[in-house]
Amino acid sequence: MFHVKQFDVIVIGGGHAGTEAAAAAARMGSSVGLVTLDPAKIGVMSCNPAIGGLGKGHLVREVDALDGIIGRAGDAAGIQFRLLNRSKGPAVQGPRVQADRSLFRAAVQDLLGKLSGLTIIRGEVVDLVERDNRISGVVLADGTSLGARAVVLTAGTFLNGVIHIGDVSRPAGRVGDAASEKLAARLAALDLPRGRLKTGTPPRLDGRTIDWGRLERQPGDEDPVMLSFLSSGPVVPQVVCGITHTNGRTHDIVRANLGRSAMYGGRIEGVGPRYCPSIEDKVVRFADKESHQVFLEPEGLHDDTVYPNGLSTSLPADVQEAYVRSIRGLEQVRLTAPGYAVEYDYVDPRALDRSLAVRGIEGLYFAGQVNGTTGYEEAAAQGVVAGANAARHARGEAPIVLSRTESYIGVMIDDLTVRGVTEPYRMFTSRAEYRLTLRADNADQRLTPMGAAVGLVGAARLAAFDKKIATLEKARRVLSARRFSPQILASAGIPVSADGRSRNLLECLGFAAVSQETLAVLEPEAAAIPPEAVSQLRREALYATFVERQASSAAAIRRDEGQALPEDMDFGSIAGLSEELRGKLMRIRPANLAQAARIEGMTPAALLLLLTRARRENAQRARA
Amino acid sequence: MDTIYALSTARGRAGIAVVRVSGPAATAAGVALCGALPSPRTAALRTLRRGGDVLDRAMVLRFSAGASATGEDVVEFHLHGGPAVVAAVLGALAAVPGLRPAEPGEFTRRAFENGRMTLTEVEGLGDLLQAETEAQRRQAMRGFDGALRRAAEGWRGLLIEAAALLEATIDFVEEDVPVDVGPTVRALLARVVLDMERELSGFAVAERLRDGFEVAIVGAPNVGKSTLLNRLAGRDAAIVSSEAGTTRDVIEVRMDLAGLPVTLIDTAGLREASDPVEAIGVARGRDRAQAADLRIILVEDGRLPEGVCPSASDIVLRAKADGDPGEGEGVSGATGAGVDALLERIASILSARVAVGGLVTRERQRAAVFRAKGLLESAMIGLDRGQVAELVAEDIRGALAAIEALAGRVDVEMVLGAVFSQFCIGK
Repeated sequence: MFHVKQFDVIVIGGGHAGTEAAAAAARMGSSVGLVTLDPAKIGVMSCNPAIGGLGKGHLVREVDALDGIIGRAGDAAGIQFRLLNRSKGPAVQGPRVQADRSLFRAAVQDLLGKLSGLTIIRGEVVDLVERDNRISGVVLADGTSLGARAVVLTAGTFLNGVIHIGDVSRPAGRVGDAASEKLAARLAALDLPRGRLKTGTPPRLDGRTIDWGRLERQPGDEDPVMLSFLSSGPVVPQVVCGITHTNGRTHDIVRANLGRSAMYGGRIEGVGPRYCPSIEDKVVRFADKESHQVFLEPEGLHDDTVYPNGLSTSLPADVQEAYVRSIRGLEQVRLTAPGYAVEYDYVDPRALDRSLAVRGIEGLYFAGQVNGTTGYEEAAAQGVVAGANAARHARGEAPIVLSRTESYIGVMIDDLTVRGVTEPYRMFTSRAEYRLTLRADNADQRLTPMGAAVGLVGAARLAAFDKKIATLEKARRVLSARRFSPQILASAGIPVSADGRSRNLLECLGFAAVSQETLAVLEPEAAAIPPEAVSQLRREALYATFVERQASSAAAIRRDEGQALPEDMDFGSIAGLSEELRGKLMRIRPANLAQAARIEGMTPAALLLLLTRARRENAQRARA
Repeated sequence: MDTIYALSTARGRAGIAVVRVSGPAATAAGVALCGALPSPRTAALRTLRRGGDVLDRAMVLRFSAGASATGEDVVEFHLHGGPAVVAAVLGALAAVPGLRPAEPGEFTRRAFENGRMTLTEVEGLGDLLQAETEAQRRQAMRGFDGALRRAAEGWRGLLIEAAALLEATIDFVEEDVPVDVGPTVRALLARVVLDMERELSGFAVAERLRDGFEVAIVGAPNVGKSTLLNRLAGRDAAIVSSEAGTTRDVIEVRMDLAGLPVTLIDTAGLREASDPVEAIGVARGRDRAQAADLRIILVEDGRLPEGVCPSASDIVLRAKADGDPGEGEGVSGATGAGVDALLERIASILSARVAVGGLVTRERQRAAVFRAKGLLESAMIGLDRGQVAELVAEDIRGALAAIEALAGRVDVEMVLGAVFSQFCIGK
């Protein structure tokens, strides 16, 4: 028998989910093997060259708060920084960065290289070693066996991936990569429920052939906001993006060629996202709209490629060229690569539990696009959770589960594992019930302590975090030390109602225009508070009353989330439930009481029946 | 944890009705209604007030967290039975911050979770819980509630539309979505608020339709109130004697009057009572009469009974109209003279009130609509003051959650669906 190399955790796939999973497990001290088809492609951005945004920026900050790599790599590669929604409150502001592809890839590989215990292995996984529903390793295409206590699969779009360019289709994971058909066949044998999704990309343009002078320009923010809590500012030169619009002629060309589109020609069965329609979709579904905007995003400082965001398509290459050239500023443009649609299998994420482990198979975790999500950020966030839980599983420790009430990651994983997906799942701030508390600005306050407690957060970040918290605490003390009457506050220029109620300065921060100088008039010590600490306290004060209002319902949800329902609970045999509810419970199979409570038509009385049954079954199990 | 309240005794007419409040704000709620509370585990008589209005004189009990039926702070009000009193007290509790009506089974769940009931005890309640879920289902199917559900679904549709507009400006700021949705959102909210107001104003009548109108017969002792009651009711419900002060407590007779449920109340004769027992009866009678929907005031020798000041809607009649003819309309329980005319008059007054009736018939529904309306008003104020979109959106979310029990849950997918169907999202 050959010697089998043994790891604590093996991660299959080197995309955004895979790298975060491998890095998370390595940070926790596990020995990790990251198996990828091509190590040079680790950190490749296969879709648009941007990271963050609304909801997505929140996810990046959360991954960063757990000491993940996507935020730092994005900042290192950032060639344009914009904080979206500046005109609204901080809860719905999301940091976004335009990233240089090659710098991003280099930054990811660099950050991975610094992790001890992480081995990168070139190879194709063709088999999982499994016995009695327990994973113990993987087999590579060359016959090598690798042993592991836990395996994280991040197969992206590689499972039965098919690329469509007009009437030409071929199997492939993404352009230039082979699909993982053998692994797909192996997974089929696990008999997990699956579905088919599709996503699209636009053609790529040669920036030197764009007439930039005729286009609206979009510069970055003057005071850039970084993705990572650890970054202090951009490190490479900044660029400007362009904006242009489709027109009637563009739409005519698309309409005339719909039959040649892979999607409209009936060659695609997968469901695409409603929020990222192809140009064909836009022309058909919003027929009365005369124009759609197109963002021209440079792919790098030393790369002339431009990504025309808003033009994704599965039309044939010649049609793509024709409609792109109908657009203002792009009349002479050269296409460097055609756009394409990719169809792929995803595993119904309802087959996973909230630790992202496959139910019923010990030691197997899924993360990323294979779970039906879309986006680097969604993938990275799942990667951290799956990697951390794989590491904990390898040590025989209980999994980490994030609550909906404390993180976007928790919202996403709960949505995925309870509801499944009907289209590629993307994060929006509207998905978070506790949006006002789950802000990008406080992701570290929400998650870093937990991350540190389980060993996910390294010493450098923890030190920076502790310092920040100490500053905030001190500022809080200074600003809440004394109370002032409305008259005194008004005389200092703080507009409060003359209701006779005295207030401290912390409360006053919620009023829009109270400057630090004004605070210092009443409390001289306030002058010494770092401005960023004042800003952070101001963000908290803005939502204080709303957050209080939500506190009791958030507590109730957390309590219900903690009340697990046995995995094999027989919902069908619970007396007293209506037929309708029983049917829904059997279909959805909630993992805890909070999930059950969200089922339409659920009543407190029915929840009580579930709770008593769960306690009864748990008690019987404990005795057995 | 929310503080919950509910009528714990059976709905409808009973000597005593118990309203129970449980949760962290229970003590505060007790204080709000009756001032100082008795010390834990002792009963005391208190006057319950809302603002300046006296709601009832009731026995009040208080239990501390850890030593109560639910394990939380609990306050119990033992009220005089009767829908008007119960409704008034529930309404007063609804106005206390942090309180909401309990869902069926909720007291039990709290008791269970706080270790105040064993698994076996709860399972023993299985039939009861089944009945409750079944009752909820039936309730949703029934006519009036069904109509309310339809109205609530209308509100829900408008609110989803409003939420979608706002959420589009929040989540898709980079996309081709309208920037200033404020006026459209405001118009949608205003429509719903107006509608909710109309339904709430009809609440009292709708509640009467379910629980019955109270019609009190008021008059001096021995003016013939009990005789009239018996005549109206067509049976001997009250003890009739010629000795003044016979009716010492409140006597009630339920009847159907022109299709309306009516409870006739015969009260102790209003006079300065020398007998202390009778004095209590008189006081109680006065309170009940005051709370009634309609009063029939019997006048003898042209004199109004002591302490009675008829309002415009009250019916004032000459008592014992069987004897000497006098001025004004009269009625006689003994001979039946004027009884038909009286019945007709009562029916026409009450029918007129029903004509403006609303769909909101239960306190729980009222509280939900009331809460939703308050949040929507807050959202409108926010829009007017230029508040950031996510705070306005928060109020709308709260309003949707409040009417969840009436109209079903609104999932974020519905809001997103509305966004994606309306706007071309996707750059």
